[in-house]
Amino acid sequence: MTQNVGIVIVSHSPKVAEGAADMVRQMVGDSVPIAFAGGNPEGGIGTDVGAIMAAIDAAWSQAGVAILVDLGGAETNSEMAIEMMREDQRSRIVICNAPIVEGAVMAATEASGGSDLAKVKAAAEELMAL
Amino acid sequence: MTPATQHALIAAMAETIIAHTDDLTALDLAIGDGDHGLNMRRGFEAVLADIDNLAGQPLPEALKSLGTTLVMKVGGASGPLYGTLFITLAKELPAEPTVTDAAAALDKAIAAVKARGKSEPGQKTMLDVLVPVQQALALGGGNLARRLPAVAEEAARATVPMHAIRGRASFLGARSVGHMDPGACSSAFLVAAACGVLEGACA
Repeated sequence: MTQNVGIVIVSHSPKVAEGAADMVRQMVGDSVPIAFAGGNPEGGIGTDVGAIMAAIDAAWSQAGVAILVDLGGAETNSEMAIEMMREDQRSRIVICNAPIVEGAVMAATEASGGSDLAKVKAAAEELMAL
Repeated sequence: MTPATQHALIAAMAETIIAHTDDLTALDLAIGDGDHGLNMRRGFEAVLADIDNLAGQPLPEALKSLGTTLVMKVGGASGPLYGTLFITLAKELPAEPTVTDAAAALDKAIAAVKARGKSEPGQKTMLDVLVPVQQALALGGGNLARRLPAVAEEAARATVPMHAIRGRASFLGARSVGHMDPGACSSAFLVAAACGVLEGACA
């Protein structure tokens, strides 16, 4: 069981979420736990707090989880999902301010080397500084 | 609050949102992503499905369940925003609130919505309706249940010339001017529905 930081991808589109996760999986293999949540509770365009919580649990690692989001609602719903997680998990879940696909790849690459959560977040967010 | 009043209150809020799905969606198509009506309807349909359970609980528990349902079912940013509003009201309200209690609780709930949405009044959001309604509630006086819907409606209309700073409408920048904010509109509908029931209950 890996102790590397897990990655969760949250998109309004189920296809974007799944596709981005596929890309990340191809680059880092099984060294990083990856999960995704896309679409509203009916499967349409939107995001689903319950699905985000399930994805966090699926990608859970003792090192924590970094979440990549696309638009506003994905961020707001991810923040809500974090608050609704177990107390011991909440402080080890971060949302990265980064483009979703590139950020996920950067974060996962950093995580695959065993970096801690702060470093993984910083790696994803470097993209915003360019 | 009697279970019957609570039932009527929840039903009125849910039914007004469901009845105005197309209006909210039309507003959101103009300056957002066109899903506000459908998202809110999905949330309040789930609330209606649970109404007998909600009506039977003490008011704070009912509001907490209602808020959690919106968080889980709406599927857009309005889910956590309205969810936070109702869940904070649940934390702050006693089972039998006075007008003073309601004003104080709404003040806290507005603060929570500001934090959740990283927003302030004047940015063309639901806060532009909730804040003036809270201020009128805090001032008190007679006929509150009749006056507040007018305050809310006027406040929603006042979002038309505003320039959106937060939410999807902010992507449009100056093009957001000239349309009512969908979240302000849904807030005004909820205030009107709640007051309509409370006016009858207090009379």
